[in-house]
Amino acid sequence: MSVQSPISSVNDFVVRFANVNGSGSASANELFARSILRHGVPVSPRNIFPSNIQGLPTWYEVRVTEAGHLGARGGVDLMVAMNPQTWDKDVASIEPGGYLFYDSTKPMPTSKFRADITVIGVPLTAITNSTYTDPRQRQLFKNIIYLGALCALLDLDPKLVEQLIGEQYKGKEKLLSSNVHALHLGRDWALQNLKCPIGLQVKKSDKVGDRIFMEGNSAAALGAVYGGATVCAWYPITPSSSVAEAFTSHCKKLRHDPETGKAKYAIVQGEDELASIGIVIGASWNGARAFTATSGPGISLMTEFIGLSYFAEIPAVIMNIQRAGPSTGMPTRTQQCDIIACAYASHGDTKHVLLFPEDPAEAFEFAAQSFDLAERLQTVIFLMLDLDIGMNHRLCRPLKWDDARQYDRGKVMTAEMLDEPGRDFGRYLDVDGDGIPYRTYPGTHPTKGSFFTRGTSRDRYARYSEEGAIYADNMQRLVRKFETAQDMVPRPLQANAAKPTKYGVIYFGSTAPAMDEAIGLLEARGHQLDRLRIRAFPFHSSVASFIADHDFVYVVEQNRDGQLRQLIVNENGIDPVRLVPILHYDGTPITARFIANAIGDHQDHLKVTPLRKAVS
Amino acid sequence: MTYIAKPKFHHPGLPKNELGYTHRDYEGKISTLCAGCGHDSITASIIEACYELSIEPHRVAKISGIGCSSKTPDYFLGNSHGFNSVHGRMPSVLTGANLANRDLIYLGVSGDGDSASIGFGQFAHSIRRAVNMTYIVENNGVYGLTKGQFSATADRGSKSKKGVTNTDNAIDLVAIALQLGASFVARSFSGDKSQLVPLIAAAIRHKGASFIDVISPCIAFNNHAGSTKSFDYVREHNDAVNRLDVLTGRDPITVDYAPGTVQVVEQHDGTKLALRKIDADYDANDRLAAMTFLQKHAAKGQVVTGLLYVDPDSEDLHTHLDTVERPLNTLEAEDLCPGTSALEKINASLR
Ligand SMILES: Cc1ncc(C[n+]2csc(CCOP(=O)(O)OP(=O)(O)O)c2C)c(N)n1
Ligand code: SF4
Repeated sequence: MSVQSPISSVNDFVVRFANVNGSGSASANELFARSILRHGVPVSPRNIFPSNIQGLPTWYEVRVTEAGHLGARGGVDLMVAMNPQTWDKDVASIEPGGYLFYDSTKPMPTSKFRADITVIGVPLTAITNSTYTDPRQRQLFKNIIYLGALCALLDLDPKLVEQLIGEQYKGKEKLLSSNVHALHLGRDWALQNLKCPIGLQVKKSDKVGDRIFMEGNSAAALGAVYGGATVCAWYPITPSSSVAEAFTSHCKKLRHDPETGKAKYAIVQGEDELASIGIVIGASWNGARAFTATSGPGISLMTEFIGLSYFAEIPAVIMNIQRAGPSTGMPTRTQQCDIIACAYASHGDTKHVLLFPEDPAEAFEFAAQSFDLAERLQTVIFLMLDLDIGMNHRLCRPLKWDDARQYDRGKVMTAEMLDEPGRDFGRYLDVDGDGIPYRTYPGTHPTKGSFFTRGTSRDRYARYSEEGAIYADNMQRLVRKFETAQDMVPRPLQANAAKPTKYGVIYFGSTAPAMDEAIGLLEARGHQLDRLRIRAFPFHSSVASFIADHDFVYVVEQNRDGQLRQLIVNENGIDPVRLVPILHYDGTPITARFIANAIGDHQDHLKVTPLRKAVS
Repeated sequence: MTYIAKPKFHHPGLPKNELGYTHRDYEGKISTLCAGCGHDSITASIIEACYELSIEPHRVAKISGIGCSSKTPDYFLGNSHGFNSVHGRMPSVLTGANLANRDLIYLGVSGDGDSASIGFGQFAHSIRRAVNMTYIVENNGVYGLTKGQFSATADRGSKSKKGVTNTDNAIDLVAIALQLGASFVARSFSGDKSQLVPLIAAAIRHKGASFIDVISPCIAFNNHAGSTKSFDYVREHNDAVNRLDVLTGRDPITVDYAPGTVQVVEQHDGTKLALRKIDADYDANDRLAAMTFLQKHAAKGQVVTGLLYVDPDSEDLHTHLDTVERPLNTLEAEDLCPGTSALEKINASLR
């Protein structure tokens, strides 16, 4: 093994914690990430957790990134190896010249280390056992003790960490002081016994600004609160459960009548996804804003009802926090793999609106907007997140709201409107030519405006009919409505390369931060690319013109089959050869390195090969 | 013509209820079910009950699944909103609708295929959640719409029209509803209007999950010798309890024949039904006794009809969720949106 000089880097490195699930490490690890933020240095943390509850391995990765790259980087510079079970794999994943931090209470054979890394042993168990007798305390404080040691090794300001602990245990003085004590136990031991700091260091900076640090699921749930959702029905499934849980906790704080203390919301944990979407559809039919949150397998179960929502034109909001499929797939791994399943969910001819937020701030905005869209369009709206945004904290711009904003309840006819002379109410009449009919809420008027909602074909007055022409007329109107949606959904965002280029790249959702970083890496390799971030389906006309403006366009996505690419080809009639798939689907978040290598290699290849042959 | 509207003509001499509505105001489209289908008799009883209660028809939301039975909401209360949802999933749609607006009356109509097979879970969970509704199963022991397959309420040993013997045990929805905590549980027979009308009326007035299982013979597929849901079979095995005056705080609803007598009831389609009443001292406030009573008679092959259980102090899902009195669907941005000042605080807490 070659002699490797230790990595030396300030404010730009990756730390990974390998823990055992259930050991209480999560809060210490998050505290570590937050402490770095308090130094004014951006971080991008990620939970990496297999599908298990207790005793099995779990990892938490913190990318320290003064440059503000919020995508995953790949590779580990400092491994905090607290799980003997995964030791070999953990040690192997360290970058050459990296660091290994471990509990040295029991000596390890040298064969268990690598010659090209720096090994840092701290007798954590020994320190803990000599201080605490209670087994649970021993376990929990061991985490804080390693955090203390890391403070010394990375030169973190202990005052900032203490401040965070203070905020966490506000009003619980005993817990506060014992945590601060444990922090110093670790820090002092490291300062006295080790060479501190190591090559990886955190120095104070001012790169965080007023940004907030939030999970996408919580942001989407808050968006539902701001967007006026009053009914939430859900069934637990990773990685979406925390949406409903966050909605519950936001509502508890924000949605009680100040006088009576009663709830201005209803949350039902359904018996399954079939019931959850049924409750949403029933509530929306009756004029309340309602949503459910689920993941792929839940979408599969909901599809019959999704078809009903489309065909009977009932608003519904479904937040789909995608995970790796098909079937149970990798339930705790991320993918963007439900694009086709959601765009065309259910039997028969259907098309559904999809929204693709890139981060928590957009998840908040789009979630709130999805209720306006659902009611405006009287159809189902999918808010497409994934595990990577949903279950990880991301730095993002602060959440914004306009107090003057009113909810767009769409085309709802009131009793007064029904009474207007000459008014003809037909539930499925296209009065305005935009494909969107008027509806009435049940109970509106004693004699006018009632109609029968059904999934069976009906005429413009909601009367059951299986006449071919009447059915076709209705299906055409639904297409018109979908075209209307094009200008109502968030538009794609384009960013052009520094120099004019023939090449473009399309991407969406959680790929955004890795893409932003990859552009820089590609530029360094001499490749210029214009970028288009798609934010919704139906596709805005600018998607087709972007493709037309470039010789060809890479479509970067986190699934095996290039689902967004398929949808673009299908909906816009584009020659598939012009869209080059860049696909990442091993369940880990896509990295800038991956994108830059895949596109870079393809671009290099292009210089020598005619275009058509370059694409297999 | 794929639907048939009823002529709007009202005879001036038609009797009116307290609100000035006539029977016709509670009717819907003309039924497209087989002439003589038990489900049409239930429709007639629903119309009668709503008329007698002087309900404003448009204040009722009528929700169903898929099946012949689930088509019936189109045939009553033409001025109210109906929702023919998907097979077996009426209960969830009704639950959602109820959450959105607690002020309407919710009538759920379902079939035994709809509720005891594909929708068994939703049936059970809407009951245990105490959704304020009247849940009627039009129970014919077969799949009518798909032409005669056994449903899960078909008795073991009963025969299909094609001569196949059912070897599976039957699900008794009444027993299950009792077990799951429904606060109003009854069974009736589609042909027994004098029993069914007050039962429906009482169920509508009851706050909480009201469940009525109505045996409703399918004349096309389940009215033959060997069926235990035929007119003849039910007539011979009907064992009714009649204590409909137990609803506290309401006008008593009673039927006009004495316990222990045999009452012959003529249905709208001309069939006559002999109702045998027993158990004049039946206590409908005792859930445990109701369960035992039901099991005991089931063992004897008897169909017990009447109000089996009612909880006078019932609550509903809104009570459990402690929701505001105002219907959730009337709340607007000013009621629901916490605004920028709250958002500023949230932003600050996330730094
Ligand atoms: C998902 C689904 N599966 C199957 C069907 C076909 N189907 C329609 S009605 C019905 C059964 C109806 O039986 P029941 O609920 O007892 O009503 P009845 O017609 O006897 O009144 C079935 C199986 C369907 N519509 N949807
Ligand atoms: S098939 Fe049976 S259940 Fe259906 S309408 Fe005819 S008689 Fe009624």
